[in-house]
Amino acid sequence: MRFALVGNQNSGKTTLFNQLTGSNQHVGNFPGVTVESKEGIIRGHNEATIVDLPGVYSLSPYTSEEVVTRDFIIKQHPDGIINIVDATNLERNLYLSMQLIELNMPIVIALNMMDEVRSNDGTIKISQMQETLGVPIVAISASKNEGISELIDIAIKMAESMQLPKKQDFCSGATHRTIHSVAHLIEDHAERIKVSPKFIATKIVEGDQTLIDVLKLSDTEKCSIENSIKEMEDALGTDRKAAIADMRYIFIDKLCADTVVKPKESKQHLRSVKIDNVLTHKYLAIPIFLSLMGLTFWLTFGVIGSFFSGLLGSGIAWVSDTTRIGLSAAGFNPVMISLVVEGIFAGVGSVLSFIPTIVVLFFFLSLFEDSGYMARVAFVMDKLLRKIGLSGRSFVPMLIGFGCSVPAIMATRTSPSERDRKMTILLTPFMSCSAKLPIYGMFTMAFFQDNRALVMIALYCLGILLGVISGLIFNKTLYRGHPVPFIMELPNYRMPSTKTVLLLLWEKAHDFLTRAFTVIFIATLVIWFFQTFDARFNVVTDSADSMLAAIGRLITPIFVPLGFSDWRVSTALITGFMAKEAVISTFAVLTGASASELPVALSQMFTPLSALAFLAFTLVYSPCIAAISTIKREMHSSMAALGVVLYQTAVAWVVAFIVYQVGNLLI
Amino acid sequence: MKLDELEIGKKSKILAVRGQGTLRDRLLDMGLTPHTEVMIRKAAPMGDPIELSLRGYELTLRIDDAKNIEIEDDFA
Repeated sequence: MRFALVGNQNSGKTTLFNQLTGSNQHVGNFPGVTVESKEGIIRGHNEATIVDLPGVYSLSPYTSEEVVTRDFIIKQHPDGIINIVDATNLERNLYLSMQLIELNMPIVIALNMMDEVRSNDGTIKISQMQETLGVPIVAISASKNEGISELIDIAIKMAESMQLPKKQDFCSGATHRTIHSVAHLIEDHAERIKVSPKFIATKIVEGDQTLIDVLKLSDTEKCSIENSIKEMEDALGTDRKAAIADMRYIFIDKLCADTVVKPKESKQHLRSVKIDNVLTHKYLAIPIFLSLMGLTFWLTFGVIGSFFSGLLGSGIAWVSDTTRIGLSAAGFNPVMISLVVEGIFAGVGSVLSFIPTIVVLFFFLSLFEDSGYMARVAFVMDKLLRKIGLSGRSFVPMLIGFGCSVPAIMATRTSPSERDRKMTILLTPFMSCSAKLPIYGMFTMAFFQDNRALVMIALYCLGILLGVISGLIFNKTLYRGHPVPFIMELPNYRMPSTKTVLLLLWEKAHDFLTRAFTVIFIATLVIWFFQTFDARFNVVTDSADSMLAAIGRLITPIFVPLGFSDWRVSTALITGFMAKEAVISTFAVLTGASASELPVALSQMFTPLSALAFLAFTLVYSPCIAAISTIKREMHSSMAALGVVLYQTAVAWVVAFIVYQVGNLLI
Repeated sequence: MKLDELEIGKKSKILAVRGQGTLRDRLLDMGLTPHTEVMIRKAAPMGDPIELSLRGYELTLRIDDAKNIEIEDDFA
């Protein structure tokens, strides 16, 4: 049994999903739906799963994310729908519910945030609302875990007994007549694709072209449908889209007037307005945003992250040393000891120690997003982004890009325009991702001990600057055209739910650990192998004689003008293509140094200036394999992915060249 | 008059959403239907976009797009 969880954005959907499933979730792939959605087993019911679909305001798809939600419902035929509705914002939320009810599938409405309604002395006459809408309604509070068991019980019973909505007629007059005559006309077609004729008829009357195409109507059918809609437009004196939207909202307005008691404006809303008086203040908004970002980076890199990373690093070094002593005492072959200690421990360990930093960065990014602040940032920054032909919406994926390019690129699905979406995807890799942190961390420790934070911030700013320049270029060349409209809800500020944040952090730590023990582990083994043996498989005494050195020397000439002529540097950059963390693990394997010894080893390979050029190069050069394949998938183009690799690498080379050569002149 | 001419903090009622295409569809979906009460809460720090308050929630849109929305001239 499979349920679809559908609701507006900011309705508490993810919180409810986490309450329904606990940590029992996985990312599912569904045929016919291009995007993967999270699916989880409903707690206490092993036979029932629920799919968390992207938040939508209507079933008329507008962004590519919304297409996913509609396609899932129409093509996957879930056994039931759980429609989460924000009780504090009923009118707009019920607009979606009405369309879901028209689908004539088992559906239950979960009236979320009822605790907030009650705390403002409000009530909702649920039984009366149930009567009017003809579907079961359960009052819940997802964040307080109230009403969830009841919701599960009702949903399962409803799906088992195939309980359909009792009503589907919410209209009257001319609209009513037209929808019915169209429904009658397309009945056979609708049954063929197993979707309610009433739903399709309403969508057609609304002017939904995609559904007309799906039905493969004959010309005579199209003609009589068109006539009947024209008649309605004439009778009402308005156009089709407005007629249907108006009909739905008139029904909702009446329903709310009858069932909602709201004695005063909600405290949460008033609080939100007060917070916005500061956070989106005419003069304070931008300085506050910059300070918050600064604070985030400072806490991540300077205080919490580096403290725990240092602790973990020393721990790993201790384990590594103990293992070395143990293995040699037990009389193991030196090559074996080298594999374990200089290969695996040094390589994987150097990367592992950065887990705390990355988790802390994601913690702040998720606070921004879940609290509602990210939407304000989009609001404040829209005008600025318009200068490079984008909208405030693009700001959100770019901020996520500081965590990881993969989710950032996927976050562009909320964009209503393909042009904006593609351009945002191309610019996201310029936002320095957290996998590069180990590189910055090690290098600043080795060369810029006194100005660590300054160098890091400069790197981030350089990435942003190059992104802006690229945006200006793309806007004038590849993606000429008009920026799309920018319409976005500014939700009330809310305390992010602890459970949601913790689950997200666990997910990120888990992803990172998985990578460390798969991609990085394999990269480490391969690097160790090639640097231990020469072409005739003799163990080399000096790794400069190894196969790896020979390969590395092949491409080293490219990097000589940038100031790094050591073959180990070119090797590290190649492995960075697999995963950015691998750059550091490769240095660790090649020098045989543990995390705490690595800075010293690095300082023998670089001068401070060439280190700076190296940092600039790693900041910009080709994204990792995971990001490249995401770009390819999201842009439906291998050429685009290849283009990104070449463009980023070329820009990286030029920037590093400038840093090194200009630096040489100045020193 | 048009929505972009409405003073910040003043209320009015929507008469019609002009224009066409996805923007208009989205505005209607978001509840900007005739007779809906709206108020401009503020403009973004750089003067554009604006923040609109309607149906108990806040929505942001650009001034250029607000020009498509017709509202009542005098609303007490």
